[in-house]
Amino acid sequence: MATLKAGSRLKSAVCGTQVMVIAAPAGDLELTCGGAAMVEATASAAGGSIDPEHKNGTQIGKRYVNEDATLELLCTKPGEGSLAVAGTPLKLKEAKALPSSD
Amino acid sequence: MNLMMLLEMAAEGMGERTAVVCDAERWSQAELFAGAGRIAARVRESGVERVGLLDVSSPAVPLALFGSAWAGRPFVPLNYRLSGPELDALIERVKPVLLVTDADRAGKLGGRDGVEVIEREAFLALARGTAPTPERDWSMEPEDVAIWLFTSGTTGTPKAALLRQRHLVSYILGSVEFMSADEADAALVSVPPYHIAGMAAVLSSIYSGRRIVQLPAFSPEGWLETAERERVTNAFVVPTMLARVVEALEAGGGKAPGALRALAYGGGKMPLPVIERVMRLMGHLDLTNAYGLTETSSTIAVLGPEDHREAAASDDPAVRRRLASVGRPLPGVEVEIRDPEGKPLPAGGRGEICVRGEQVSGEYLGRASRVGADGWFPTNDGGFLDEGGYLFLEGRIDDVIVRGGENLSPGEIEDVLLDHPAVADVAVVGVPDVEWGEAVAAAVVLKAGATASADELQDWVRKHLRSSRVPQRIRFELELPYNETGKLLRRKVREVLDPS
Repeated sequence: MATLKAGSRLKSAVCGTQVMVIAAPAGDLELTCGGAAMVEATASAAGGSIDPEHKNGTQIGKRYVNEDATLELLCTKPGEGSLAVAGTPLKLKEAKALPSSD
Repeated sequence: MNLMMLLEMAAEGMGERTAVVCDAERWSQAELFAGAGRIAARVRESGVERVGLLDVSSPAVPLALFGSAWAGRPFVPLNYRLSGPELDALIERVKPVLLVTDADRAGKLGGRDGVEVIEREAFLALARGTAPTPERDWSMEPEDVAIWLFTSGTTGTPKAALLRQRHLVSYILGSVEFMSADEADAALVSVPPYHIAGMAAVLSSIYSGRRIVQLPAFSPEGWLETAERERVTNAFVVPTMLARVVEALEAGGGKAPGALRALAYGGGKMPLPVIERVMRLMGHLDLTNAYGLTETSSTIAVLGPEDHREAAASDDPAVRRRLASVGRPLPGVEVEIRDPEGKPLPAGGRGEICVRGEQVSGEYLGRASRVGADGWFPTNDGGFLDEGGYLFLEGRIDDVIVRGGENLSPGEIEDVLLDHPAVADVAVVGVPDVEWGEAVAAAVVLKAGATASADELQDWVRKHLRSSRVPQRIRFELELPYNETGKLLRRKVREVLDPS
């Protein structure tokens, strides 16, 4: 897996999930969705099936973070697979309730 | 990152929802997305470098904003109140440009080099058209400039603030939850498109799934009528708009729009009496005071509904005065008060408000960025933080009066004068003085039917503040000069108080 850059888009190789990188640590990360390595959003479909261990799904508009929140992804298209780094599932980032100011 | 990604998500997650309504025009999120694609194709075809809009609010605003982002060109909403040489100068800076405008202006602006004019109706028809939507090929480069927004130029030539894709996307992701609005929610947008609040309203409403109801020309009656007809649930107003709505409600005995739930205000100093009247008239509303600048991609601090209620109900003066604050910084935004040497001040210290965060641009066209190496942007707004972290504004640093070597904040003196029972509005400025360098002068508007002499007001200030703060000169006026978005034009006040 290549290094991740804020603003870049990735997609799942095995489900409909697409994400945008909001923040990423330096260095290589083994980012997976549905148990399979994620690919560039522009890559052609690879096929394959979702690992049942990684099948909790992603939700559009939700943000996902790793343990120390150095990695943050925004789900731009939902899918059935779930996101993980080196096998550890990413967590849903809690949304803070803010009053609408505009 | 690109604003188009936000619209794409909205179109896919809630494509059938109405995105924008203006009179009889209605666009769903999916239609807006497809329309933005057709506009992008047109922009690329024309080979211009920017997309301008010299017009009141209409669905052309979100279409031009997103279409520009798709095409990779900055969107430049221009102040439609400008005319003549001022407007010509801005257009010169924006070209080569595809300029969306109304039929009347289109005739006058045609035939200029580098300015391709398209009438609003033709622009909308093009976006509605049958041309296929192009490939989703917008750039995801975070540094691309999304919007040029000319500052109001109350002190000189307007500067173009540059807001990059990353600033605006960060603002939305940091402050709005995707699809968090109820399907019935609607936001009334009455600020003009060339105001940062107008841009922010479009973006946050689209992303949250809240229907945008546009009011092209503000009047208090039109605002109330549109809010009722469209079952508006949320609205943002600048102080002058809110004061006029309150007056209309009080005069006509009319009632607040039935579905209205949340009212946000900002864009200028809101007099405390207006807020207290709003709370009396519409106590059920969730009130939010928002503070932000063009250069910070809109809101950086909010005084939320709970803050309003807590402050209004408190017997503790320190808590109660928070009603006049702009609340606390948004998550992801840091605020610091610094002294003239740039050192951070503790709670209560008065100085310049500095801000840091992903949404902060602090950059103008053709000038070096004002953001320091440490990421902090000096806002030129003066203020202080209280013990609870609530931020209080005290006017622009440039407006500080230097009298005999002492720095005086006009805001502090204005607040005291506003507390006088006869005073409706006041502006305090420095005027040249032989003895002191600068002297304190005040333009005062009295409440209808009330009287007060200059002596009485000077005594009032002397009772509450140190004697150096007492206005040496007081002039009574029928009204103070504000621009259309509620900014006090201190330059004009100074001209009146110092005719020399």
